[in-house]
Amino acid sequence: MSIKLIVKRLAFLIMVVWAASTITFFIPRLSERNALRERFAELSRTGGFAPADLEKIIASYSAQFGLNKPLYQQYFDYMWGILHLDFGYSLGKYPLTVMQLIEQALPWTIVLLLVTTVFSFIIGNLMGAIAAWQRAPRWMRAVATPFVLLQGVPPVLMGVLLLFFVGFRLKMLPLGGAYSPGLIPNWSWSFALDLLAHQVLPATALILGSAGGWVLSMRGMGVTIQGEDYVNFAEHKGLGGVRIFRDYYLRNALLPQVTGFALALGTVVTSAIVVEGIFGLPGIGSLLSQAIRANDFPVIYGIVLLITIAVATLMVGLEFLYPLLDPRIREE
Amino acid sequence: MTSIALTLPDLRQPSNPALVLRYFRRNKVLGVGVVVVTLLVAFTLIGFLVVDPQNAYPLSAPTKKPPSLQHLFGTDFFGRDLLTAMVVGMWQTAIIGLLAGGLGTLIGVILGFISAYFGGWIDAVIKGACQILTPIPVLLIQVVVAGSLDKRDVTILTMAYIVVMLAWMGPTLVIRSQVLTMKERQFVSVAKLSGVGDLGIIFGEILPNLLPFIAAAFVGQVFAAVFASFYLAVLGLGPLREPLLGNIIWAAQSQGAFFNGWWWWPMEPAVAMILILASLALVNMGLDELANPRVRRTE
Repeated sequence: MSIKLIVKRLAFLIMVVWAASTITFFIPRLSERNALRERFAELSRTGGFAPADLEKIIASYSAQFGLNKPLYQQYFDYMWGILHLDFGYSLGKYPLTVMQLIEQALPWTIVLLLVTTVFSFIIGNLMGAIAAWQRAPRWMRAVATPFVLLQGVPPVLMGVLLLFFVGFRLKMLPLGGAYSPGLIPNWSWSFALDLLAHQVLPATALILGSAGGWVLSMRGMGVTIQGEDYVNFAEHKGLGGVRIFRDYYLRNALLPQVTGFALALGTVVTSAIVVEGIFGLPGIGSLLSQAIRANDFPVIYGIVLLITIAVATLMVGLEFLYPLLDPRIREE
Repeated sequence: MTSIALTLPDLRQPSNPALVLRYFRRNKVLGVGVVVVTLLVAFTLIGFLVVDPQNAYPLSAPTKKPPSLQHLFGTDFFGRDLLTAMVVGMWQTAIIGLLAGGLGTLIGVILGFISAYFGGWIDAVIKGACQILTPIPVLLIQVVVAGSLDKRDVTILTMAYIVVMLAWMGPTLVIRSQVLTMKERQFVSVAKLSGVGDLGIIFGEILPNLLPFIAAAFVGQVFAAVFASFYLAVLGLGPLREPLLGNIIWAAQSQGAFFNGWWWWPMEPAVAMILILASLALVNMGLDELANPRVRRTE
């Protein structure tokens, strides 16, 4: 990979982050809604201070959040903050900053995402490859082909189905939350098991819900690749079935799937967030739905920006992986 | 000279419905998808004749009743009759899907044409904008937009506009690449040489040939719009009063429906949504085959 290409991709990454942060800066400011006013109007209704003081409080908070400066000044302050990953303070849980809240929630989401993405990618691609591989034993293809149907059931709906059948009807696994109510987090085996049991359903929902897409695209890829000359040649050389499948067929079919993976990253992350919300797991998803419910705008925008930056960075990063996977790119 | 009597073989062109049926038998994926979509449409239309749409709103029925003869689909915590809610919710989902899908495709077709046909810096700007916006997770930007609106202002129509705002890049890139190849074909050159103007070529020569692609892009957009509005509603960003399918699931999960044993409440919208998404995905796959003759199967 040439230096020129690397610089080009990095410039692209900066453009994406700039576009995303500019959109999230201007959209809320275009709307009539005043987050501070709504927040404090709510507080004044529930008591705590006289409604007459409302304007004073809003004015002093506007000054503190820098909302009384001219727009271009606000824009530069905001961009400067993003460069430091500083998204300001939460309105709902005031002394805490947005970044502190995200740091508490992030480990849950990252573990869930890593595990489910790896599993769904492996299962989906393997099933798709087998479903298309005409030399595969009949029973194998009979097992693999129905996985195509998963395509129609996105992770959230898979989650509701699993909650009903496994959690509610069979009563095998808990119906949501991070751990059983009443337990106090501690370092014991029983607590770890309880924690794990609560993760099984959301993880399964994400794995099955996103595997369908991989099955479908891998099957399409496999159909073309197995007709290629090099696959026939490998067969005429007398290589074994497993060897042809792994080294000649799967390896070549996987390359476009990695590109597809980079493109699907945004969907993968958003699915995980929505599934977390449905299951009430303490991750970014629940933080987001709580922030939406409480009109905690800095938290909403902070989460959106952080995820956008992460997804765009990963996307560009994956491109640097291609030379490792494809020797043809390495030589150029 | 004797004339040779030509007896024309009895070539009867099969009637149109018969041809369509025959095609469905060949393209089973499309056939099954169309059948399920038709059933869903029938459910909604017949539903509107039978039920009173007003029952889809809170306080119109006894609360928390499981499915029974009186309330076939049961009722929820807020006193909505869920059968009515399903009928109205599917209708609203269809409106969002068709409106956002149609608008997204229209914008995509226009931008794609402009970009590919005129080229130069216009092309560079449109293509660049599409490429920069594509890696941004659309749902999250939609969350920002929907979150910035006053919740009382969010209606079914605003949902459609929010969804369409960042959904035109896909069709733009598809139509652009198709126009680019189409532009180089001979029939376009012939038309150009015989003095047909830009608009004549676009509407008379290129557009008719692109119709299958536009149809496929439209179904893809409807799917994406239904999906996006569903996710927004599940996160609690939908028009909260309306019985949109995602809203019902959001409300059910907020009230801990499974913990309290009200299983029918979240399950019914989930099954309805699975049927909608799966049938649209099937139609989408089937149309791909129609739009891309190279993979079209022969009888």
